[in-house]
Amino acid sequence: MANKRYAYYSGCSLEGTALEYDKSVRLIFDALGVDYIEPEDWSCCGSTPAHTIDHVFASALAARNLSIIEKMGLDTVAVPCPACLMAFKKAQYFMEKDETFKEKVNELLDEKYNCRVYAKSTLQVLYEDVGLDEITKRVTHVIPDMKVAPYYGCITNRPPKLAQFDDPENPISMDKILSAIGVEVCDFAFKVECCGAAFGVPKKDMVNRLSAKVISMAIDAGANCIAVACPLCQQNLDLRQEQINKTTGSNFNIPVLYFTQIVGLAYGYSPKELGLDKLIVSADNFVRSRITKEQYEQLKQEQEKGKEKDVKKQEIQEKENP
Amino acid sequence: MKTINLTESTDWNFIEEVKKESGQDPSLCYQCGNCTAGCPYSNFYDYPVSQIMRLIQTGQKETILTSRAIWLCATCETCTTRCPCEIDVAHIMDVLRIMARRENKVSEKDIKTFYDSFLDSIKKFGRLYEVGTLISYNLRSGHLFTDSDLGPKVLAHNKIHFLPKKIKGSEKVAKIFERYQESLKKHG
Repeated sequence: MANKRYAYYSGCSLEGTALEYDKSVRLIFDALGVDYIEPEDWSCCGSTPAHTIDHVFASALAARNLSIIEKMGLDTVAVPCPACLMAFKKAQYFMEKDETFKEKVNELLDEKYNCRVYAKSTLQVLYEDVGLDEITKRVTHVIPDMKVAPYYGCITNRPPKLAQFDDPENPISMDKILSAIGVEVCDFAFKVECCGAAFGVPKKDMVNRLSAKVISMAIDAGANCIAVACPLCQQNLDLRQEQINKTTGSNFNIPVLYFTQIVGLAYGYSPKELGLDKLIVSADNFVRSRITKEQYEQLKQEQEKGKEKDVKKQEIQEKENP
Repeated sequence: MKTINLTESTDWNFIEEVKKESGQDPSLCYQCGNCTAGCPYSNFYDYPVSQIMRLIQTGQKETILTSRAIWLCATCETCTTRCPCEIDVAHIMDVLRIMARRENKVSEKDIKTFYDSFLDSIKKFGRLYEVGTLISYNLRSGHLFTDSDLGPKVLAHNKIHFLPKKIKGSEKVAKIFERYQESLKKHG
């Protein structure tokens, strides 16, 4: 990790409804010694709406930010939101592939972009650059009751040609990070199934139905919470959970946390620091059941002693009443 | 089932336009249906995505550009990821949306209105102003109470900013919009 400095592009959602994602990413980065700096005066990446207008236009909205980062002398940007990530990766891909396209994009910009910035998801930075060993070392707490379904969402790892990270159908990076901090991870079949994405406002019913499938599959997998890496997934599954119940007649009440919040819990941060108060379906039961590693070890020893006692008792009983 | 008369309705130019604008070759599609099988939105589409591909091959411009499917696609990239012919199907859907906009044939007005409200916010402030975008959508679409049930929730959990955050370079972002409009006039 030494000496590598990242640009950190939080994106618009992380200033609003996903503030807790931003808070927890920064805390985890600080705890793990990731050196990052926010590009000054960044603007929206253009997201889904821009690429329904025109690809040159959409790329220009994204490339304005990449150009700022390039001027800062940085070559990698860490991006927590998959929509921003894909906007950057698509702009980069089209501009590198086609010189005319690149010129057209640059004609729309004040400062030209020379295609020297590589975008990585926060998940990828943690998994590949920081590494599981470092992530494990920093753990101070255990959440014994947590059974998590790792939900990557549709475009964190796809399409593979652009994402160039993890497996597009069965990604494992988040599974491994959560296992590394001692959380029980469920075998979840809907890791990359779409939650309904940006249609929450204009097509609420459709989004509710798609999100319901994801939640229902998580519960079937034995999970008592869902970990996400995308502000839209979090919004659709958590903020809209009551809507889902109304639309589909379900009765879900399952917390949906950013995976970085879960890592933060294992690192001993307070619920307030991690923005757990911003979750609509409360995750407080995990805070209450959280214990320090030492307490956990002690508990385990006591349980084992208890088991030994039980075995001895049984032996005595068997001797007395053969 | 609707029958399409191919002799009368095939638009050969359209096939070439899609090919050129997307950089993809739709003729490679052999209708295996993998995209439709994986598409989370198939249930909601009027034409499943593999049929859209077939309609492109037969030049059915009007049917495609007025379809709801191209607007209900969320670009989740499942089709692109799974296409055995390595066609970037999601990118083709994107190009079809752009064409439908250009020809003023958008079937899903609410979705377009939401996107437009989103982009207006960026043009004005440089970043997305969530509350403003929702209010603007509700006013323009006439669905005044969309997501009003979420209001108390976001308020209770202090999840939103009431006022927009205008960035210093918001004029520079607005200029991207203006230059793009100018380039359209120049190149037609």
